[in-house]
Amino acid sequence: MGVEQKLGDMGVVTTTLENVVNWSRTNAMWPMLFGLACCAIEMMAAQASNYDMSRFGMELMRASPRQSDLMIVAGRVSKKMGPVLRRLYDQMPEPKWVIAMGDCASCGGVFNNYAIFQGVDEVVPVDVYVAGCPPRPEALIHGVLTLYEKVNKEKFKDLAEKYK
Amino acid sequence: MDTKLEPIVKIIQEKFSATFEEFRDEVHLFLKPEQIVEALTLLRDEHKFELLSALTAVDYYPQVSPRFHVVYQLTSLAQNLSLQIRVPVNGTSPKVPTATGLYGVANWRERELLDMFGIEFEGHPDPRRILMPEGTEGHPLRKDFPLGYEEPQFTFNFDEIGLQKPHPKE
Amino acid sequence: MTQIEEVSIEQFKHLVSARALTGETMLLNMGPQHPSTHGVLRLLLELDGEIIVNCIPDIGYLHTGIEKNMEAKTYQKAEVMTDRLDYMNPMGNNLAYVMAVEKLVDLDVPVRAQGLRVILVELQRIASHLVWLGSVGLDLAAMSMFLYCFRERELILDIFELVSGQRMMTTYFRPGGVWRDVPVEFEKAVRDFLKIFPARIDEYEKLLTKNPLFLDRMLGLGILDSATALSYGVTGPTLRASGVNWDLRKARPYSGYEQYDFNVPVLTEGDTYARYLVHIQEFRESLKIIEQALNKLPFGPVHSENRKFVPPPRSEIGVSMESLIHHFKLWTEGFPAPKASVYSAVESPRGELGLLLEGDGGPKPLRVHLRTPSFDNLSVLSHIVNGHLVADLVAILASIDIVLGDIDR
Repeated sequence: MGVEQKLGDMGVVTTTLENVVNWSRTNAMWPMLFGLACCAIEMMAAQASNYDMSRFGMELMRASPRQSDLMIVAGRVSKKMGPVLRRLYDQMPEPKWVIAMGDCASCGGVFNNYAIFQGVDEVVPVDVYVAGCPPRPEALIHGVLTLYEKVNKEKFKDLAEKYK
Repeated sequence: MDTKLEPIVKIIQEKFSATFEEFRDEVHLFLKPEQIVEALTLLRDEHKFELLSALTAVDYYPQVSPRFHVVYQLTSLAQNLSLQIRVPVNGTSPKVPTATGLYGVANWRERELLDMFGIEFEGHPDPRRILMPEGTEGHPLRKDFPLGYEEPQFTFNFDEIGLQKPHPKE
Repeated sequence: MTQIEEVSIEQFKHLVSARALTGETMLLNMGPQHPSTHGVLRLLLELDGEIIVNCIPDIGYLHTGIEKNMEAKTYQKAEVMTDRLDYMNPMGNNLAYVMAVEKLVDLDVPVRAQGLRVILVELQRIASHLVWLGSVGLDLAAMSMFLYCFRERELILDIFELVSGQRMMTTYFRPGGVWRDVPVEFEKAVRDFLKIFPARIDEYEKLLTKNPLFLDRMLGLGILDSATALSYGVTGPTLRASGVNWDLRKARPYSGYEQYDFNVPVLTEGDTYARYLVHIQEFRESLKIIEQALNKLPFGPVHSENRKFVPPPRSEIGVSMESLIHHFKLWTEGFPAPKASVYSAVESPRGELGLLLEGDGGPKPLRVHLRTPSFDNLSVLSHIVNGHLVADLVAILASIDIVLGDIDR
């Protein structure tokens, strides 16, 4: 099974560099070990035995922003936490992605008041929004797979433009 | 009223000439700010109210006198009793003596009241904000502080609200 | 708004020792993003080498304004906020809130609803303790505990989904009863859980209780004596591990707890290991309560018939004008509550969860204060960690079982 069968005795595969790079980025995406509120518990559940997110190359949660490429904002972001969140985002190396997990991180959710940012997209740019209060672990996994689709479509040209 | 609680309420009432209210078997004793430390000492040492369950405040804005009630919810584990003490205070920047010397928990709870209601506790060892970031203006749980409601973004007003929202740089 | 302000040592001068000002000891930030602070707690540590001299907790990174937001909603609508308060214990928070509302407006609750409440709250206690046990294991590098505990937690969440349609934020209890009756599969699901779970507790105990590595990291750490604990308002398992027999379910039975036969585990050591043992024993006691409550669960209505506070069933609205009016009034205007204040407390997995609810005669509360157990339990931390190593702080912090949503509200 696998690549050997397809290759036969040729030993050569031709593809584009973009494909290989994007494929490798999706299959070893390390999220940051960073939970804010209720959604963090569902994020833990997604990591744990029943849902097992490591099937998608995500078994390693890194506690340091320097070692991670995906920030899952799991929960409500308060006015006191916003600056800290931005600093963590700034400390992550490029390329980096953000998933806003849950209603609070996406749009403020039920908390429309003085203390909460109405969506984490006021603080950091967001790639994928996952709805739910809190989203089920399946929903989070779906959000991650949606992000993979997005990453697979990325072009070097656009990235070069972005980091100029 | 509980038969065990009745003599205690009577003692406090006579000593501090306090009034009390009863609602659904809960007793609320009303004291003046300058009496509170003495009353808490008496209750803790003589009547075994060793747990200060809650320490909070209620804002009666626009009423000015009294504007706030500072609420001390006491629990006695040994006798299985509860007693609530209320301290009505006037004006927008009231002062109440601190209870940190009696109950350790008063330290954080009083900081919370300073933060949320702007009630100052005289003699507090660490008067800083506790929940809101330093440099916040106003006290959120006061009734004259706005809730901070923002119009939610729907399809029909998406662009209109999007213009007002901050958009972070990459 | 997204700039971090620089903080000078001047602000903390009165909290640290004199040695910190000369630079002899080091000030170190732990958090707000740190894997073992269970959320977004920031601890400012003053360290002498690896020994903690002072620990200054800084909270508020998850301040949600729940109290203010609840004051802006009607009594029914405010309930959804309570779920998100202590997110390990949504059922317990609902119970505390609906009990306060019921006390304020003097509403009766049918016996079946009370039984269901007890079963679900005890299941929630087990789920909460499972997350606690899992994260203690994770913090002490016993990762398998985390995987085992979350496996069992899913069984409980499946039951919650069965009764309410949501895994975590159930809002299943309503003033005057519960949302609607449980489905027929409920009893079997709970009985299955009762059958499976005792063996699983033994499994956890086999992994941890006498494990020398675990004992090395737990025994004799963070000793909390009962006088300090009471002065700092510590309640729940943390207080019971310090030798004080105080459980609101026994002392002031609510929701029919007086009918059930269970023990309150009390230990006197007051260290992290005693707290662990209390949690483990509470698993077994909760199972006892669930079994008795399930056996005693009568048939009958699940919410009060008082239409001034409880909305009528859908089927009645089509045939009765009065029901239609009640439905309309309840969901547009809400019900008025008297101009009075009540304090009602329940035993949450972390301690005394109290609710001070004050009405002003209208449909919205004048003041909702949530007396959350984690807030007080955390305030004692700086008194029990001094003199310990930084690595032990992790174990102590994990053992007092804090939930940041509960602290910051």
